[in-house]
Amino acid sequence: MNLPTDLKYTESHEWIRTEPDGTVTIGITDHAQAALGDLVYVELPKSGRAVAAGEACAIVESVKAASDVYAPLAGTIVAGNDALSGAPEAVNENAYDAWLFKLKPSDAGDLDRFMDAVAYSRLVAEA
Amino acid sequence: MLKVTPLNAVHRASGARMVDFGGFDMPVNYGSQIDEHHAVRRDAGMFDVSHMRVVDLHGEGTDSPRALLRFALANNVDKLTVPGKALYSCMLRDDGGVLDDLIVYFLREDFFRLVVNAGTAVKDVAWLNALAAQRAPGLSITPREDLAMIAVQGPMAREKVWRAIAGTEESTRALKPFSAATVQGPWGELFIARTGYTGEDGFEIVVAASRAADLWHALRAAGVAPCGLGARDTLRLEAGMNLYGQDMDETVSPLESGLAWTVDLASERDFSGKRALAGERVSRKLTGLLLVDAGGVLRAHQVVHTAHGDGEITSGTFSPTMKQSIALARLPAGVALGDIVHVQVRDRQLAARVVKPPFVRNGTVVAT
Repeated sequence: MNLPTDLKYTESHEWIRTEPDGTVTIGITDHAQAALGDLVYVELPKSGRAVAAGEACAIVESVKAASDVYAPLAGTIVAGNDALSGAPEAVNENAYDAWLFKLKPSDAGDLDRFMDAVAYSRLVAEA
Repeated sequence: MLKVTPLNAVHRASGARMVDFGGFDMPVNYGSQIDEHHAVRRDAGMFDVSHMRVVDLHGEGTDSPRALLRFALANNVDKLTVPGKALYSCMLRDDGGVLDDLIVYFLREDFFRLVVNAGTAVKDVAWLNALAAQRAPGLSITPREDLAMIAVQGPMAREKVWRAIAGTEESTRALKPFSAATVQGPWGELFIARTGYTGEDGFEIVVAASRAADLWHALRAAGVAPCGLGARDTLRLEAGMNLYGQDMDETVSPLESGLAWTVDLASERDFSGKRALAGERVSRKLTGLLLVDAGGVLRAHQVVHTAHGDGEITSGTFSPTMKQSIALARLPAGVALGDIVHVQVRDRQLAARVVKPPFVRNGTVVAT
């Protein structure tokens, strides 16, 4: 399983990367894209939108099914990856390059409660 | 406990993603579902359809299969006059609800073969046995759990089958669509029918369960791509073909399911469900939808708002061939082809155009 060790992971199969400027970048894991199958539609949040932790703020749809993507932290959306709108299959090709949105968290240093690669791999193995 | 087909180990060894379909553990995709779809539209792909059940009917005279099927099937088996010829039909309850849809093959006057859906096979056989007890007690009805079935579909499907199985070209080159032949091959007796569920040319091949893996590997070596139920669903929907349990079931009439062309109300023949359908007031119809707006994918159970009242999508997907979302929907009968309707997708209403299925036939987009 492809699980970069420099990322954090959620139980709802998002990955989180902390950027040097304090924002976080969010995508879906390789496991999630494989389970969904070929993506054909992505809906992204608009910049400036305030989101609560756990709030559904993006949608990924494959040929098979639609799935919500959740904001792991409370904060403000600073960017959506608009390049995906015309090429949702990029998420299937490389789930860790094809980020979905960037978020400026309301509270810094809130990432410790998320899983590292080892813990996430265990979650996926149990599922 | 899920049932397995004789090819289950082959699918798992290929790394297929497996799902429960009709009580069977079946491959949904091996790699990209869209690539598998294109393989069938452009070249040749194969599907394990061994979850579907072959049911053989043997009997003579007043206990002949034809005598029973005249009453059991909504389509008219007397259209079958040439051995090997096949017919698509619904089997209806007394109240006109659809018990199943199936293909019936006329092989000899004392031997007809049905191919029925996986999830309905037990119910179908019980229903046929009950009808036979009253009408043809000497008829034998045999579900063939000893057989497997592989569908090979696509513009190159027949040629690749001929390359893969020595001796089949001579006996099946002249087969017309919706016809079958029995062929002796390297893996025993094969029943090869020029039928399918994709809108492409091809064969459905019935083989002894014990030889199914050999046949699968030979087809693969001839360049036929393994395809899962995911691609099978997008292909059949592009082809405008109904899926039992989704586009019709026991609670709806075939006349409101786009199947009136298969229901023989014109002849004198009595059949199960005829009286109910003859008196029915048809207020809905099954039609095609093409999504016009961006904003998601059409899916089963989404509500469709029309000028004549609300309807519902019964099957929806993203069409890999058209790169657009398509659906079958049961709508008020007043809706006309070309009308724009609005589908509730999450919190938005997206415009869709009413079209006549099929969407795609033999690799070409036909609905616009």
